[in-house]
Amino acid sequence: MKKSVFFGAMTVAALAAGAAAAGTLDDVKARGKLNCGVTTGLVGFAAPDANGEWQGFDVGVCRAVAAAVLGDPSAVEFVPTTGKTRFTALASGEIDMLARNTTWTFSRDVDLKFEFVGVNYYDGQGFMVPKALGVSSAKELDGATVCIQTGTTTELNLADYFRTNNISYEPVPIETNAEAQPLYLEGACDVYTTDASGLAATRAAFENPGDHVVLPEIISKEPLGPLVRHGDSEWGDVVRWSLNALIAAEELGVTSANIADMGAAAGDNPEINRLLGTEGTLGAMLGLSADWAKNAIMAGGNYGEIFEKNIGENTPIGLSRGLNAQWTDGGLLYVPPFR
Amino acid sequence: MTTLSDPPKGGFRVSILINDTRYRSYTFQFIALIALIAAFAYLGSNLLANLRAAGLNISYKFLSEPAGYDINQRLIEYTSQSTHFRAAIVGILNTLLVAVVACFFATVIGIFVGVLRLSNNWLVNKLMGVYVEIFRNVPVLIWILIIMAVFVAVLPQPREFRGDDATASMFLDLFAFTGRGFYFPRPYFAAEWATGAIGWLTIIALLIASFFGARALAKSAAATQEATGDRPTTWYFTLAIWFVPLIAACVIMGLTWELPELKGFNFRGGIYARNSFIALTFALSIYTAAFIAENVRAGILAISTGQTEAAASLGLRPGRIMNLVILPQALRVIIPPLISQYLNITKNSSLAIAVGYMDVTGTLGGITLNQTGRAIETVLLLMAFYLIISLSISAVMNVYNNSVKLKER
Repeated sequence: MKKSVFFGAMTVAALAAGAAAAGTLDDVKARGKLNCGVTTGLVGFAAPDANGEWQGFDVGVCRAVAAAVLGDPSAVEFVPTTGKTRFTALASGEIDMLARNTTWTFSRDVDLKFEFVGVNYYDGQGFMVPKALGVSSAKELDGATVCIQTGTTTELNLADYFRTNNISYEPVPIETNAEAQPLYLEGACDVYTTDASGLAATRAAFENPGDHVVLPEIISKEPLGPLVRHGDSEWGDVVRWSLNALIAAEELGVTSANIADMGAAAGDNPEINRLLGTEGTLGAMLGLSADWAKNAIMAGGNYGEIFEKNIGENTPIGLSRGLNAQWTDGGLLYVPPFR
Repeated sequence: MTTLSDPPKGGFRVSILINDTRYRSYTFQFIALIALIAAFAYLGSNLLANLRAAGLNISYKFLSEPAGYDINQRLIEYTSQSTHFRAAIVGILNTLLVAVVACFFATVIGIFVGVLRLSNNWLVNKLMGVYVEIFRNVPVLIWILIIMAVFVAVLPQPREFRGDDATASMFLDLFAFTGRGFYFPRPYFAAEWATGAIGWLTIIALLIASFFGARALAKSAAATQEATGDRPTTWYFTLAIWFVPLIAACVIMGLTWELPELKGFNFRGGIYARNSFIALTFALSIYTAAFIAENVRAGILAISTGQTEAAASLGLRPGRIMNLVILPQALRVIIPPLISQYLNITKNSSLAIAVGYMDVTGTLGGITLNQTGRAIETVLLLMAFYLIISLSISAVMNVYNNSVKLKER
């Protein structure tokens, strides 16, 4: 299988690396760094800030996993990927996990041999139009020119939606979000469509966000989540439960403010104790230290804190929790128990 | 006369493969070939082994599955329910369209600029020099992006044609030049039996007939000239042969024009040339024309000035010297590099996705690849396609080159 390094590198460096798929957890520990695939830049989800530090909602997941595995939230190598390159990057082993607002679909999970470890954002595809157009529903878009980012589930949803409603449109495929913005603003397309969260992020970056409206129709289900390669369940478990730890922490009221106290000694709530490693051996079961979840949560706070800091209502993106609230608040976030 | 040494006779010994100069080069070439095949076989098996280890396999079954996405420019029938294979064909046709149109314009502009660059007029000469140097020395992707950006920003968008206080209007009410592309009137035949392809086939048949008719006329005129020394005036016959049947057919079949019209978000009707198509074709044309201009210039300079002087001393005017004496000879030098420029246009057309033009790299190598995740299969198909196209262009152009090159007898 793994023949000579020389020839492996000669074919496609990526393919040879694919052979080393087993034992990602050990690889990451040995490397001392987590290679995490993110977008090439979508403000709020993953984008470098003025100091070159990656910031965002997806970045928060990467940092939490790095903190859980290596105890250091900054031990992450962020690998920017486009809609086109992301799956190849993951399949080839160039990255250990992908947190790039990627929709969990059947064929990606089954046919492309990936393992979606959970959902960190429940999204849906929407439309943004200039207010001046006077459109109030997506059903009025007959004959419109629509800018779409290629390589996403978006273009399939769009084709389905317009076919179901029996209206025509003119698709304009665009490689990245950055290229779509000027085309949309110049009026080369009437409509820009992508996930509603992406629309909000894009609109926030406009000079006059108020001139544009997001139409009420949400035409698809887009559960966005981190994913890893198929066939390495240990590593899949690590990423899955790191994400779950963030969500459980919010549910249990563990925040970056009180975690130091709560994690110092066992408290009254046994579930918090098990989560933070002051009771039980959950960390050892994962092959991590006992305070893995504590580290993950300390990296950027619990799920709610990461949400509010990066894409919440007080940020320019201004997304409300909506479906992404805890199940106790009427949302969809519901993690299995830590036991 | 005796030979000094007889060549070793009879019998095959292994050593002659190395020692005998007649076989030595074959031996080494054969060894190199075996090594090359072995290396590729090794790489291939390594690839397959690694793919299997990753739980993947090479399969082209996806080609017969529904594509699920829409393509804006379709030269053949295509819906989102068509197969990935059909989507690839749509992309291939779009690639060929842009390549053929760009090759045509690049050749025309290139020859024009190449000839003008040798002009004795200082201004023309320098202007052409500036054009060539600017376009040749900036990457074509940058040109494509710049032209697209300018196109979109400068031309009015359909929304500016709308309403009572519209800031833009259609040209002569026939053409609409918008940032989304150009809309032209579309001719079609109103007569019942001539709708669709039949009408156009009739027109093409008529044009072919006219071509042969005009040639026969020219031949008979030449024969008369041979016999009598006087060439009969035939231009009005030629004009009649070309235009009378054509106009008659158009009238009989009821030629009408469908005009573009602003409806809803966009113009509808007429022929629509998308902004991406125009920007891509234009960028490829002017970029490659700069190279072709240099080839043309080199070809012309390769003809010794004695030829020009000799032609001039025969009393030929400069235009005729160029057309009758210089260019036919220069073509020999120009054609071979021209082939590679045509290949470059075809290959550079794969940058189409930068402006959202759906060529084969955009459909098969873009969306299909993404949606199916079959990266290796689609890339292999793409390589095969570009290889076939490039070799075909080479083959055709080589046939042409053989027809114009210096015949040595």
